Amino acid sequence: MSTQEAVIKVEGLTVQYGDNIVLDNVSFEVYRGEIFVIAGGSGCGKSTLLKHIIGLDIPKAGNIFINGINTTNIDDDEMAKLRRGIGMLFQGSALFGSMTIGENVSLPLTEFTELTREAMQLIVKMKLGMVELSGYENHFPSELSGGMKKRAGIARAMVMEPAMLFLDEPSAGLDPITSAEMDILIKKINSGIGTTMVIVTHELETIFNVSNRIIMLDKDTKGIIAEGDPRALKEHSRDPKIRNFFNRQPDRKKN
Amino acid sequence: MPENNRVFSIKGQKQGDITLFLFGRIGLENFDALLREIQGFFSEYNPSHLTVDLEKVDYLDSTGALFLVRLEDEAKTRSVPFTIANVSDEGKQIMSLIDRRALTAPSLAAKERALNLLEQLGNETINVLKDIYEVILFGGEILYEIAFSIRHPRKIRWNDVISYMKKVGVDGLPIVALISFLLGLIMAFMSALQLKQFGANIYVASLVAVAMVRELGPIITAIIVAGRSGSAFAAEIGTMRVNEEVDALITMGFNPTRFLTIPKLLAAMFVVPILTGFSSFFAILGGMVVGVLGLSLTIFTYVQQTMNAIEMFDVVSGLIKSVVFAAFIAAIGCQRGFKVRGGAEAVGNATTSAVVSAIFLIVVIDSTFAIILHYIE
Repeated sequence: MSTQEAVIKVEGLTVQYGDNIVLDNVSFEVYRGEIFVIAGGSGCGKSTLLKHIIGLDIPKAGNIFINGINTTNIDDDEMAKLRRGIGMLFQGSALFGSMTIGENVSLPLTEFTELTREAMQLIVKMKLGMVELSGYENHFPSELSGGMKKRAGIARAMVMEPAMLFLDEPSAGLDPITSAEMDILIKKINSGIGTTMVIVTHELETIFNVSNRIIMLDKDTKGIIAEGDPRALKEHSRDPKIRNFFNRQPDRKKN
Repeated sequence: MPENNRVFSIKGQKQGDITLFLFGRIGLENFDALLREIQGFFSEYNPSHLTVDLEKVDYLDSTGALFLVRLEDEAKTRSVPFTIANVSDEGKQIMSLIDRRALTAPSLAAKERALNLLEQLGNETINVLKDIYEVILFGGEILYEIAFSIRHPRKIRWNDVISYMKKVGVDGLPIVALISFLLGLIMAFMSALQLKQFGANIYVASLVAVAMVRELGPIITAIIVAGRSGSAFAAEIGTMRVNEEVDALITMGFNPTRFLTIPKLLAAMFVVPILTGFSSFFAILGGMVVGVLGLSLTIFTYVQQTMNAIEMFDVVSGLIKSVVFAAFIAAIGCQRGFKVRGGAEAVGNATTSAVVSAIFLIVVIDSTFAIILHYIE
């Protein structure tokens, strides 16, 4: 599975908004071809971390390397080039409402390649087939359910054949069955194409179903409190915070 | 991309057993070139058996796999036996991801057909009629709620009324003052160019005063209020609809029209006449600047001429008009807000529609007033 080659490397990342420190000195690595989950409770800075990795926000301190390139001090053109090798599924899918699903998926192709219309249509059909949305190319996003929108979002994220895929809460707001289907899809893409996946989630099901390795962030320490195989963490961790998270136990002191 | 754009070589006799060696990167970057090559390949070589050798391929993505699938399909339609050799495990897995049925599956929804002219006309007519019907319905509802509020004045949310009076009136005053001042200035300047020729400079004051107090003051103020506050009302209520806040009000037993519309309506009806007064005042001030600096009138004569020109009837009719404008601007703003269905985009459409409809109504009402006042006078 993972050949231990780090494709993403985060070193001493510190994020601060005003006086409020969100992340303090966070370091970790993501290896090629693995499914890496960033977990933690609400408000612990999971999505913030993801935004910094893909360069939507600039950190206060620390370095982020993607494929060995430090993204904290490169210019916009280089970053744009780097981003084309990255796919991202946003929490609300972020499909363009004025375009059909087919147009949404083929948008990067029309912008960044010189493929003919036929070739593009073929690729769109292939990608939609891969996410099991075959035949929906002329629907508008508003005509799809939440789970279908997320799958269309994945198809769009994958159309440029990225080596890395970032998924922000892929199963949030989905019913258990749709959520399980999403997990299967994620695994299918990962094992089929070998795409490295970074997933932000707090859904225990997703964590146990798909992840090879997780890091857990915590609101109080503003950093990583656990790293490793989620099953081992659940079994062997002595940290009450980690045990509570995996066993869905509320913190008794707070109540 | 590899040299010469070639990522394959061909071995074998025409019409015979042919092996296609692919090498390098087979993927999105040369998908188009590859597709074009196979078109010519089959007609030129017409193989009896086709083998594709992937031994030298060091990168294959799903688009590359799609090409292989297409190649196989093309061979099948020409009934050429097809085999793939030396395919890696990863390659097999990627190819297994491609759903062949999806490639030829028809779209579940037809591409939206553009409507012809007659259909568009019919659609628009129906929409306009429906809209008029809805606006009238809402108007009736508001009249009922106003009657209710008059009978139960303690049920009016006066704190909201005050806050909206500030938003519509106080916050709107600077822009109303600025535009009116400029309008007075321009009006005086343009008319002075003409009136100077007859030595009738003094009538610049009358012209500015009468035009502003009777017509332009109420209209300019109403248009500015429609743009500033009518749109804001639509956006506020529209956002509440999107966030299900309106549904929450209904569930808690409130009447959303009374709860949300009446304070805005009352506030607008209180402050728009005052704004109109300010508008006329600043325009006359603008006219006076031109009169004093450009036409060598004294401030006293300018003011005196202005006072002589304006009649009480003009002032009162202008103010009544502005009250009616205010009511319609607030009502149409709220109605457009309540009509919002769906997401954030609908809120944007509602604000636009609120402003456009309000300006349309202002023109209609003003014309109506012109006729009525003509007969009263």
